[in-house]
Amino acid sequence: MLNRTHLIALGLVLVLVVVVLNLPGQTMARFNLAISGLFLPLFGLASSSQQLTEDAADLVVPRSDLVRETDRLQRENQMIRLRLLQAEEAMRENERLRNHLEWQRQSPWRVKLARVILRDPANWWRTLQINRGSLDGVTPNMPVLTDKGLVGRISLVGHTRSQVVLLGDPNLRVGAVVQRTRDNGVITATGIGPLENNLVDLLLFARNSQIVPDDIVTTSREGGIFPAGIPIGHVVDLRHADYGLTTEARVQLSVDFSKLEEVFILFP
Amino acid sequence: MNIVSSIIILLTAYVAVFLEARLGGVRDWLGAQIDLLPALVVYASLTKGVATLALLAVLGGLWFDSLSANPTGVTVLPLFLIGLAIFRTRHLILREQTYAQFIIGMSACAAAPLGTLLLLLLLGETPLIGPGSLWQWLVMSVGGGALCPVVFRVFDRVHRAFDYQPLAETTFRPDREIKRGRS
Repeated sequence: MLNRTHLIALGLVLVLVVVVLNLPGQTMARFNLAISGLFLPLFGLASSSQQLTEDAADLVVPRSDLVRETDRLQRENQMIRLRLLQAEEAMRENERLRNHLEWQRQSPWRVKLARVILRDPANWWRTLQINRGSLDGVTPNMPVLTDKGLVGRISLVGHTRSQVVLLGDPNLRVGAVVQRTRDNGVITATGIGPLENNLVDLLLFARNSQIVPDDIVTTSREGGIFPAGIPIGHVVDLRHADYGLTTEARVQLSVDFSKLEEVFILFP
Repeated sequence: MNIVSSIIILLTAYVAVFLEARLGGVRDWLGAQIDLLPALVVYASLTKGVATLALLAVLGGLWFDSLSANPTGVTVLPLFLIGLAIFRTRHLILREQTYAQFIIGMSACAAAPLGTLLLLLLLGETPLIGPGSLWQWLVMSVGGGALCPVVFRVFDRVHRAFDYQPLAETTFRPDREIKRGRS
């Protein structure tokens, strides 16, 4: 039997847990941010030690490597400028055609760079935290991506930090389209479980889809959170589910989440 | 000393939770992050009182959940219940033995995520669970179990550094002293 002290301790802990778990959504989010705010000194320590390491690494890079890197970047920059010119012309053409057809204008993407500062310590969620918050104009549901493709969306916003829920997390479903066949579907967490970090499932709406492995999958307009055309990944294999009534494809993500250090937040 | 050592345990939990979220080495290598909180709970329940144990479970759990997508508070109860179960049977446990520390640490590290997942499912959440979760559970259990004796060694050293040392008894007894010469 539990003695009096143990019972009191157990009762207090139980009451605390029940109260905290039953807090309203907004209050729970504030409480969560307040507790995670206690880690601010460690955030500062970690970022300054990272900066020191980077500065030390910069000091030992040979000049010849830097010159070679600068040359390579300049050449790459020239190529990108040429492609930008071509893209601007295509955008102007696109805008003219949209005006002719009276379609809604597409606004150019506004992005802000953010650094990944923490990953979810629990093994059953796929989230991470970035060093941008409401002070930088971040709001919930903003898309997060890299130059390789979609990463996820903002789920919780603090003053200086935000939580990003990644593709493959059970709490994130993304409307997707297979580029070649234009088949629509939804990206969900893979049934294999948490070990396959870079695989997700694509549930296709079409019953007899003609998609094949290596087909490119991008975001679709469905859902209203993500703009269309952001690369998600490519099809690895297909299987029929629900007694052949639906088709599921496994998709290898374009972005390797384990190597993610910097991301872009897409502003509307 | 009791308060100082309890504060050191809490500080360790605070830093451990941060490092679990910050460092991805083990996670990238083995596919699962090892949690140090159950090992600390084992140490606290075998060497400290219920107050320290409750504080560790509450603060450690809240810190962990604040950096995770877990609903805040969901990790607290499993940690406390595991600690309380060990606390109540600690007179039967060979706490000085490394293998006992490993086995209890492994059991605690295996039970804590199960308890949290059970609570999450009861709350209607949909955590990412699949066949791969078994491997993660194994890594967490064995990894946490292996860390448990390390926790004991480190805290025993801290304890020795801060606590009053017991006076060493000498073999000298005045009543058996050989007196030379005539008295």
